[in-house]
Amino acid sequence: MEKNYDLAIIGGGPAGLASSIKAWKLGVKSIVLLEESNLLGGVLPQCIHPGFGLHYFREDLTGPEFAAKLLDRLKDTGVNVLVGSYAEHLEVKSSGEKEIFGYKYGEAFKIKCKAVIYAAGCRERSRFEVNILGDRPVGVYTAGEAQTLMDMYGILPGSEIVVVGSGDVGLIMARRFALEGADVKAVVEIMPYPGGLTRNIVQCLEDFHIPLYLSCMVTEINGSRRVEGVKIVRVDEKFNPIHGSENSLKCDTVILAVGLKPRVELRDKAGALIDEATGGPIVNDWLETTIPGVFAAGNVLVINDLVDYAAEQGERAAESAAKFMHDGLAAFKFKRVILGRNVRLVVPHLISCVQDVTFYGRVGKPEENVQVRFDEIGQAFKLPIARPSEMFRFKISADDLLKLHDEKMVVNVVKV
Amino acid sequence: MGRLIRVAIIGAGVVGASIARVLSMFEDFEVHLIEREADVGWGVSKANTGIIHAGYDDEPSLFPLRAKLCAEGNRIWHEWVKDLDIPIRWCGSLVLAFNSEEEKILEELLDRGIRNGAPSLEIIDHEKLKMLEPNSSEKATSALWAPTAGQISPWDAVIALVENSVTNGVKLHLSTEVKEVKVVGGQISGLETNEFFLKVDCVINAAGLYADKISEMAGVGGYHIKPRKGEYLIFDKDAEPKVNRIIFPTPTPISKGVVVTTTTDGNLMIGPSAQDLPENLREDKSNTYDGLKIVWESASNLVNKLPPRNKVIRFFAGLRPEPSGGDFIIRDCNEVFGFIEASGMRSPGLTSAPAVARMILDSLKVKFDLNPKPKAGWKRYRRRIKRFSEMTFEERSKAMNENPRYGRIICVDELVTEAEIVEAIRRGATTIDGVKFRTRACMGACQGSSCMYKVAVILARELNVPLWMVSLRGPGTEIGIGDVKALFIEKNKSKGKAKIDGEKL
Repeated sequence: MEKNYDLAIIGGGPAGLASSIKAWKLGVKSIVLLEESNLLGGVLPQCIHPGFGLHYFREDLTGPEFAAKLLDRLKDTGVNVLVGSYAEHLEVKSSGEKEIFGYKYGEAFKIKCKAVIYAAGCRERSRFEVNILGDRPVGVYTAGEAQTLMDMYGILPGSEIVVVGSGDVGLIMARRFALEGADVKAVVEIMPYPGGLTRNIVQCLEDFHIPLYLSCMVTEINGSRRVEGVKIVRVDEKFNPIHGSENSLKCDTVILAVGLKPRVELRDKAGALIDEATGGPIVNDWLETTIPGVFAAGNVLVINDLVDYAAEQGERAAESAAKFMHDGLAAFKFKRVILGRNVRLVVPHLISCVQDVTFYGRVGKPEENVQVRFDEIGQAFKLPIARPSEMFRFKISADDLLKLHDEKMVVNVVKV
Repeated sequence: MGRLIRVAIIGAGVVGASIARVLSMFEDFEVHLIEREADVGWGVSKANTGIIHAGYDDEPSLFPLRAKLCAEGNRIWHEWVKDLDIPIRWCGSLVLAFNSEEEKILEELLDRGIRNGAPSLEIIDHEKLKMLEPNSSEKATSALWAPTAGQISPWDAVIALVENSVTNGVKLHLSTEVKEVKVVGGQISGLETNEFFLKVDCVINAAGLYADKISEMAGVGGYHIKPRKGEYLIFDKDAEPKVNRIIFPTPTPISKGVVVTTTTDGNLMIGPSAQDLPENLREDKSNTYDGLKIVWESASNLVNKLPPRNKVIRFFAGLRPEPSGGDFIIRDCNEVFGFIEASGMRSPGLTSAPAVARMILDSLKVKFDLNPKPKAGWKRYRRRIKRFSEMTFEERSKAMNENPRYGRIICVDELVTEAEIVEAIRRGATTIDGVKFRTRACMGACQGSSCMYKVAVILARELNVPLWMVSLRGPGTEIGIGDVKALFIEKNKSKGKAKIDGEKL
């Protein structure tokens, strides 16, 4: 199959859905949405807990409800949706035309288009990436994998659970298992503070009497065929194990919530530059990558805390793609955004200063009562609690950005 | 033809499978290949460096079998990989020397290699070394170049051997554990297993880490197998720099040392460490901090540069069966008529396996006074599952036309399709690992977190079992404990676990 479209959107999760809808509304009438699985919504259908949509829909929704709302809107568009369609690689012709090659049931496809929004999401880090040693038995799952098994396929992975990582994903899975009558032995967190929202600490752990071990690390998984237990050790400030603090904990299942990685494989082949800090592509304030006309949104761009942010980025990318096809985006001078004190990452990396920009970022280490400062333009935002696990997000208007006379803008997190 | 000789081979590793293939060539044998695990090649054969050695390592005066069979095995593998379509890179190996003492050892290896019949060995200087392997360490002063060494995919080798053997009439018994070797009047009479009693005339002991136990069961024994653990690290396919050749350090009396190599699938791999374990720890394949540290440090010395640590996608460990005498134990046991040892197959066991098989055939000829008759219609060739990832665009289109499931990508990292997974199951995979080793699904950077459940769903559908009962490696390794409400169902004392069917993909 070979087809021409104006815009191709890769990934049917929240970012891809939101950008499809937005692009259609903005008058792009030839759109294809490619989704690898047979179901739209990305991770949403399996996230059966509430807490979604407070920003984007101004409602408290479950994952499936959030997805349903987007799908309702999608129905009213003429977006061509291809599910079960895996986009393997992207080629950019010297003319600027893009070609996406991929496969679906029974056939290869080639899609020629003017602009691409890449919204392929992320993958979960494995035990090998966080160096959990020991045996390699059955019963070790990433949080999303366990969630898929339980809430998409209706099977229970085990009955005695240890969760590694106290980010929101880990906390929610701890509660999910507790709700099914499993004995959740502990949530183990290497940092001295929990990774997730306080709300989730209360609702997912305290309400279910699940212990949280801070400054602790799972060093080993034991069990020759099925998981029989884990070894836990306390760590010092530098995350080195404290001698003599080793402990064993019996369990039959280990759930890993140890971070996410943008799925940039396809982009890599097209040659877009990747930012080491975000793991995603380097983008300007149009969310355009280093390949003109290729945009990124959602978790492939930067790992977001909220689905709402992914959807918001999807809309932004759609606006940009529409403008790219209509007027072009080349006629701007870009200035760099520089990571300053205690700032681990910021998106976007380049700004044109002609439009409002939403900045998404994370701090490097936890601090209290700080300000996120954009000194070159005299802007500062209060941040009562700054934690690496909690994204900060600030919108700065074009008027304020116009004050930027330097070639760069440094973002600092500073104690007040 | 004389009477049919019933042969049981214990252990479907590379040694047992090689023997099965060789015996399947003749009318005279009814061959039963018996394996404790749910699939073939899951013991020692699965977790090793996968090198087909050239044959210079083993001193013939100390280890005559190792010395003789390694070089011979290398020659046979050159044929077998073509017969059986086994992934291999004949890339050659380099032993690096870093000082004059080590250079002296290289001279010894060269001399030994020539005596063992390893062809075309050569000692090369630093400059030539850099031309053969640009990523070799700057500090290496010279190297032994062994052009006949190769990198094989060890589990693919076992799967290929067994598939070919079964095609040629060998009966494979999986999940079958030998409980007793029956000897009557000094003669093998049969095997008692957890599944059935098998009446046989001959037992070939290729039981790897448990060979000494099997030998004791037959009343032979007299040796011990000690597990020696080797740990490995594997890098992502896109991790650079790789190596073009297999790189060894100068060996020590204990071990060939930590190797840097690129697997047949294109992953850089480093290992193994060498840690002797107590005899009772024959299942301890755990990874340790110290083991991985040694591997990393030793490998770093051999090359200019390793890829960054965060490009490691997996670590694992394997056990090598170290026989008490040091040499392979391959003999026809006069104490018990019909009991033949093919054990103690430590390194270079993988390389030697085909030569061991031919040696066993020879001893059967003598023992049973045979002049075996070649089997009519014996099939020499076997083809592996055609991989979508290795096809050209035209081949892919054609494949999808013939079987639309080739268009369904299940494992994104390795570009494995549903068609390949279904074919793996048709060829005998019943577990997730079985599919993984036949197709590479779950072997990419995510290590299965994105595709393991998809493989499980296909297994459930094809094998017609509830999804939760799909296992990683056979009984006791099911991916779940029942329906998501299983614990409540249990609490309510309902009988049995609720059944659900794997949803259709």
